[in-house]
Amino acid sequence: MSVEAREARQPWILLSPALTAVLMLLIVPLIFIVVYSFWLRSATGTDTVGFYLDNWQKALTDRFYRDILLNTLKIAAITTIVCGLMGYPAAYFIARSKGNKLVLLLLLMLPFWISYIIRTMSWINILGTSGALNTLLMSLGIIGEPIQMLYNETTVILGLVHFLLPFMVLNVYVSLEGIDTNLESAANSLGATRWQAFTQVTLPLSLPGLAAGGLLCFVLGAGTYITPIVLGGPRDAMFANLVYEAIITQLNWPLGSALSLMLLAVLGVLVLIYNRYLGMAQLMKGLG
Amino acid sequence: MRESGSLGWALVRAWTLLVYMFMFLPVAVVVLLSFNASQFGSFPMTGFSFRWFVELSQNDAILRAFRTSIVLGLLTAAISTTLGVLASLALVRYRVPGSNLISTLLIAPILVPEVVLAVALLLFLNFLQINKSFTLLLLGHVIFTLPFVILVVQARLVSIKRDVEEAAMSLGASPRQTFFQITLPLMMPAVLAGALFAFTISFDDITGTLFWKPGGVETVPTQIFAMLRNSISPEINALGTVMILMTVGLPLLGLAIARKLSTKSGT
Repeated sequence: MSVEAREARQPWILLSPALTAVLMLLIVPLIFIVVYSFWLRSATGTDTVGFYLDNWQKALTDRFYRDILLNTLKIAAITTIVCGLMGYPAAYFIARSKGNKLVLLLLLMLPFWISYIIRTMSWINILGTSGALNTLLMSLGIIGEPIQMLYNETTVILGLVHFLLPFMVLNVYVSLEGIDTNLESAANSLGATRWQAFTQVTLPLSLPGLAAGGLLCFVLGAGTYITPIVLGGPRDAMFANLVYEAIITQLNWPLGSALSLMLLAVLGVLVLIYNRYLGMAQLMKGLG
Repeated sequence: MRESGSLGWALVRAWTLLVYMFMFLPVAVVVLLSFNASQFGSFPMTGFSFRWFVELSQNDAILRAFRTSIVLGLLTAAISTTLGVLASLALVRYRVPGSNLISTLLIAPILVPEVVLAVALLLFLNFLQINKSFTLLLLGHVIFTLPFVILVVQARLVSIKRDVEEAAMSLGASPRQTFFQITLPLMMPAVLAGALFAFTISFDDITGTLFWKPGGVETVPTQIFAMLRNSISPEINALGTVMILMTVGLPLLGLAIARKLSTKSGT
């Protein structure tokens, strides 16, 4: 074999294990559940192979599924907006502060390393009937009896914001860092107030970062089922909980496949729109 | 900076402080309560005690969960890092046709919602007669951590200059010698960072794990999740504190090692 041919083959040898893994453990399984979603699970628990539209009909027309899907999107949207409102100023502060930038960033990265389940359950210690807030309010004499503040939609959103906020701050920070601060000075010297310089120069330039953070918050938020179980009430199920129910509890795998694909389609459309207008590079900057 | 001192800037600073408090207070309360002597996992604090850590160390279910999580995390890190480093080398070092598509494919596992990934893998492997098992769990963790390893390793690899390798080659080193004596040592910080990332993500994963784990097998997160079904016990807080120490301590340690290695190799 010639040296050139060997050189050309080399990268493929290096890539093949990872590509095989992605193909066999992600791409083919995804295609498989598309096929599977047209099968039928009979009452005896065996699958009937074929082309049945029953699962899709149920998933797409049942009001129960539709309501929960809409509710999931609503919760994800509120979470994303709250993350943006809380995260943007913080990211701005980190990007524009002088010395301690690294420490601030490191502190922000810490929650990434702290277990998701621990961070989620930590809110029970704060908001539970014998949690920090109730204890404080009672000792101040503001309330006589502990109030149940947990297990509702607000606490689900709270838990999600707590989980997703670092993604937002990091993405906004990355894009703010990339903006030449001279631009703001130039705007100022041309007579813009600081607020004008911010809203007309810095903010528009940092929108790609805000969008990347928003996409991450939305997609990760809409796909969760642990937070609603831990911090939500019985009526706060999100769409991923339905998938879990269908697959693990009811063992109706064809229906579970259809529901998973529905979730993938809805969130996939968002990723595609994002990719069309902003490209994946921005997202990768924030993740790497 | 010129802005310091202005009212707007003061507001931004105060806001940021609140955001950091929001992030850290709940976690701090977990740590605080884990030292509470009271037999309920809640306020008020009745005294300082290590008893919940002692009880934790005698709880067989939790110890088993720790063992499972650590073995799973180590195997995941080993496999994922090997695959990830090889793929990153190909992407950074060679001009591969269609490299954009390949990169997208390789990071696809994090673009797909984890629940969907979990369902697809479970159902497909079950179809291939691979039932819920440790193997399924391991495969799931590998595919889920692989994109993170590739992103981290690729970012670091770019900064290693090829000059050194070319110098070694021109001085008569074989490609194999060059790789093991020059490239690999230079890559070590990237490899370690990737492995650490994979381990931590695997150790923390619950979304996919609940789908893939066989009955009776628990990892630390699923064990905590199961314990939460009853009520929050002081043991959970103690376990949380141990987890926090592990997951925060490990990366810091890794960072220190990486820094030491990179200063030693002079890059």
